[in-house]
Amino acid sequence: MSALGKVVRAGVGRRRVQSLVMVLTTMMAVTASVMATALVVASQAPFDHTFAKQHGAQLAAAFDSGRASREQVAATAHAHGVTAASGPFLLLSLAVRPQPPEGMPAPPVDPVLSLAGRAQAAGPVDDLTVVSGHWPTGPGQIVVTDGWGPPDVLGSTLHLPGVQGDPALTVVGTARSATSTADAWVTPAQAAALTRPGSTPSYQMLYRFGTAGSTAAMTANRAAVSAAAPAGSLQGSQSYLVVRAAAVRQTATFVPFVVALGVLGLVMSVLIIGIVVSGAVSAGTRRIGILKSVGFTPLQVARAYVGQALIPASVGTVLGIVLGNLAAVPLLAQAEGAYQSGTLAVAGWIDVAVPAAVLALVVASALVPALRAGRLRTVEALAIGRTPQVGRGRWAARLAGRLPLPRAFSMGLAGPFARPARSAMIAAAIVFGAVGVTFAYGLGASLNGVQRGLNLDMPGQVGVDPFPSQAGAPGGKPAAPSRLADPAAVARVIAEQPGTKGYFSSVFTDVHFLGVSDAVTAVAYRGDSSWGAYQMVSGRWFTRPGEAVVGHRFLQATGTHVGDWTTLDGDGRSTRVRIVGEALTTGDGGMRVLTDAGTLERAGISVRTATFSIELKPGTDRDRYVAALNKALDPVGASARASQGQISATVVAIDAITAFLTLMLVLVAGLGVLNTVVLDTRERVHDLGVLKALGMAPRQTVGMVITSVAGIGALAGLVGVPLGIALHDVIVPRMGDAAGTRIPPVDMAVYHAPQLVPLAFGGLLIAVLGALLPATWAARTRTATALRTE
Amino acid sequence: MTAPIIDIRDVSKRYDDGPPALAGLTLSVEKGEALAVLGPSGSGKSTLLNMIAGLDRPTEGSVTVAGARVDRMSETASARFRRERIGMVFQFFNLLDDLTVLDNVLIPAQLSGVGRAEARDRAAELLDNLDIARHARAYPGRLSGGERQRVAVARALMNRPALLLADEPTGALDSASGAEVRELLAELNADGQTILLVTHDLALAGSCATRTIELVDGRIARDEHAVAR
Ligand SMILES: Nc1ncnc2c1ncn2[C@@H]1O[C@H](COP(=O)(O)OP(=O)(O)O)[C@@H](O)[C@H]1O
Ligand SMILES: [Mg+2]
Repeated sequence: MSALGKVVRAGVGRRRVQSLVMVLTTMMAVTASVMATALVVASQAPFDHTFAKQHGAQLAAAFDSGRASREQVAATAHAHGVTAASGPFLLLSLAVRPQPPEGMPAPPVDPVLSLAGRAQAAGPVDDLTVVSGHWPTGPGQIVVTDGWGPPDVLGSTLHLPGVQGDPALTVVGTARSATSTADAWVTPAQAAALTRPGSTPSYQMLYRFGTAGSTAAMTANRAAVSAAAPAGSLQGSQSYLVVRAAAVRQTATFVPFVVALGVLGLVMSVLIIGIVVSGAVSAGTRRIGILKSVGFTPLQVARAYVGQALIPASVGTVLGIVLGNLAAVPLLAQAEGAYQSGTLAVAGWIDVAVPAAVLALVVASALVPALRAGRLRTVEALAIGRTPQVGRGRWAARLAGRLPLPRAFSMGLAGPFARPARSAMIAAAIVFGAVGVTFAYGLGASLNGVQRGLNLDMPGQVGVDPFPSQAGAPGGKPAAPSRLADPAAVARVIAEQPGTKGYFSSVFTDVHFLGVSDAVTAVAYRGDSSWGAYQMVSGRWFTRPGEAVVGHRFLQATGTHVGDWTTLDGDGRSTRVRIVGEALTTGDGGMRVLTDAGTLERAGISVRTATFSIELKPGTDRDRYVAALNKALDPVGASARASQGQISATVVAIDAITAFLTLMLVLVAGLGVLNTVVLDTRERVHDLGVLKALGMAPRQTVGMVITSVAGIGALAGLVGVPLGIALHDVIVPRMGDAAGTRIPPVDMAVYHAPQLVPLAFGGLLIAVLGALLPATWAARTRTATALRTE
Repeated sequence: MTAPIIDIRDVSKRYDDGPPALAGLTLSVEKGEALAVLGPSGSGKSTLLNMIAGLDRPTEGSVTVAGARVDRMSETASARFRRERIGMVFQFFNLLDDLTVLDNVLIPAQLSGVGRAEARDRAAELLDNLDIARHARAYPGRLSGGERQRVAVARALMNRPALLLADEPTGALDSASGAEVRELLAELNADGQTILLVTHDLALAGSCATRTIELVDGRIARDEHAVAR
């Protein structure tokens, strides 16, 4: 082994604490960075890939056929900035009734499909992928979007109850459009045939542009297309950016906080490695002098110190890669559900690039103090030995001496001022620890609040389903209900049941809004639903038919605001709906509209609300109520059950990962303190010996050493808390954004005095815990040995 | 005759390897004595001092100082014992460089929880007696060797110890400063302070010791009471 190698190895072996700190620090940084990068990559890749392959539509526009002719719509292909276009295609919105499985009742509401008449799947824009079967070749055939309907949809029959003569179409294939330009496709002739007399369908045009990278560019493109068509004929449009955001949502939700924690981890590593290496340099000043006096060049000395950091950092990096890959799996698994095509493995290049970047960072942060070591003058190094520079922080020592505190404490308080740079770095490390804890607490509290809000999907303590209880049939298969219970009869039973405070019924169904190519899920309510209202982001809950509360993504996709009007496109009829509020919802990607059943009926959609939500009078025993209600509901063929909140896998995953990464941050901050205190006490071992000779008891020594970092810890904690809150206030709305919702104010305001007080003490706690061990070591130093070192 | 202030019986001290630093040493010192311990380097003088101060423990034997079994004390008890009953002076002064002269002298009182005013009065008195009052606010680095050693003595005397231990107190001083310290120790002993000092300095032993022992290989090779002083 070379001389340099021996020096490096001896250096690593001699400083076990420092080496352990560096292992853990780099492990944390690599874990967080691998996860962050893997998520960012995984969330973008599948959509971008399909979109590029299909020449996906950057803008999908719908024109009113009453205001613009086919030729006029086709001419928009020459609008400013357009590089390619497909269409026009006739676009209809129709209720369909799939053949229900044997013995099952038809669903309470017929789903509405957006149906495009397209001669072929291929095209310059939105080059559809036929997943199974074939493209429609004649009348009576339909292709549905991949994933729509039951798994055996291919070959099944769809009835169109709203069209004259109740025609039926056979599903001959499934296809996929990167931006879901329609739910289903038929031949142009078939589309024309399905158009009801007197109604005015839309023309769909799909475009690609020269520049389309930003929302601003897409807004300009939309304006150009609108200007090229007859005034007022552009009914609605959808940018691929919105679709892309929705497609990457599952993983994108994780990205802001994982990136935030990753950056915290990286900064922390740079700090800690800087602290550790500069500590090693100053503790080893004498050793450096000796190395140089026997002929080591400055560069060799610097390399020896970088090497001392690099060995434990490499160990930490390997551990970090393993942990990062393991921790990314549950997150990627959620992503996979969203794409079908995703893979559960972290991309290989990430496992190479991220650790390389972290190690480069380690070298860079070790290099500064290492070069200082290389430059140390030999004579000085030998002369200075291990005594710290005298004279620094004397004012602090004098001031502290005046404090009415036991001497051991006041000496400890003055300690940090003797080494201001080291103290500042350790303060920064504790600040990051405190930021991490504060942020993690807030994130957890906000997410739990949001989860509580999302559980209002199923409000009330008791729910009633419109079919008999399946648990009621012991042993054998439950009898398939041939028909659903009559809502009016169910309502009567619930109203008469003692203990009922309030109730309403609701049902989920797909609807279409003018100009929105995606299906929108409507929740149609009957009865007073105000007590089961969603958490509101802004505005208020609806109170009458014609009013609606919507999710954030609906506002984004339609470009509307609370207070605006929008048009519900029903079964050949449409109705104007006023948006009176924005609610917290991520269901259906936030493309959700909450409204009175009467609103849907105005658009010709018949609604059989089916599920009841019940609020109980205070003091009512829920289990007894459910049992009694079940007995009463039996004759009408419905059943009651206790509602229970759902646990979101996403929230659980975020909670777990946050807890893990925060623990690591705190651990590393604590180890940073430990390392610093070890260095300090080693440097001051002689002074400690003197104090013990003068009669400083072990407990007084422990007290002195702990107070030397407690002040820093307390201060850093106080600084870290507001920073953590600020981070929370930046990150949580971004996560909401990625999830397609804004966060209600009630879920953002999670920091109150009872939480802030313990959080503010967090820094102190990190410092005290970090110092405890080396303080007891210091108290146990053999005095006689310490004094002999002179 | 009252009980001896130091009573060491059959004390041996062995470190991991090599010959024992102390080998079956028995020694008793009376109140008011000034005992000089002589001997070549490595003969066990500092080890003996550390045993008496409770800074180190014998491998065998018992060490009783001022009526207390030092070798059996817990760390805390021996710290408290040192604080109250023993003052220590070292060859290289061992002053804390980042505290002023006054703050150095105050430490033992502060560690014992003596009242602020009382401690200041005592420190002022000592600094005055030892002729270093004008340096009270200075830092040790600015003082001469003799002055520093006087500060160390003042600090050692702060809590009126029953026993003053000094390990080569003149070893790092030039001859003029050495003489100052010799005189100081002689005066203190004349005023009744019991002193045990380790030294190479025959002049120091001659001028202030009432008794002299010589250690060789951890054993007492010679034990003489001064005929007259
Ligand atoms: N802490 C220790 N560890 C190992 N050996 C020691 C220790 N302290 C003293 N010794 C050894 O004990 C012997 C006596 O040392 P010491 O009492 O310091 O001698 P003196 O003060 O007479 O010069 C020497 O051989 C020394 O090396
Ligand atoms: Mg010695």
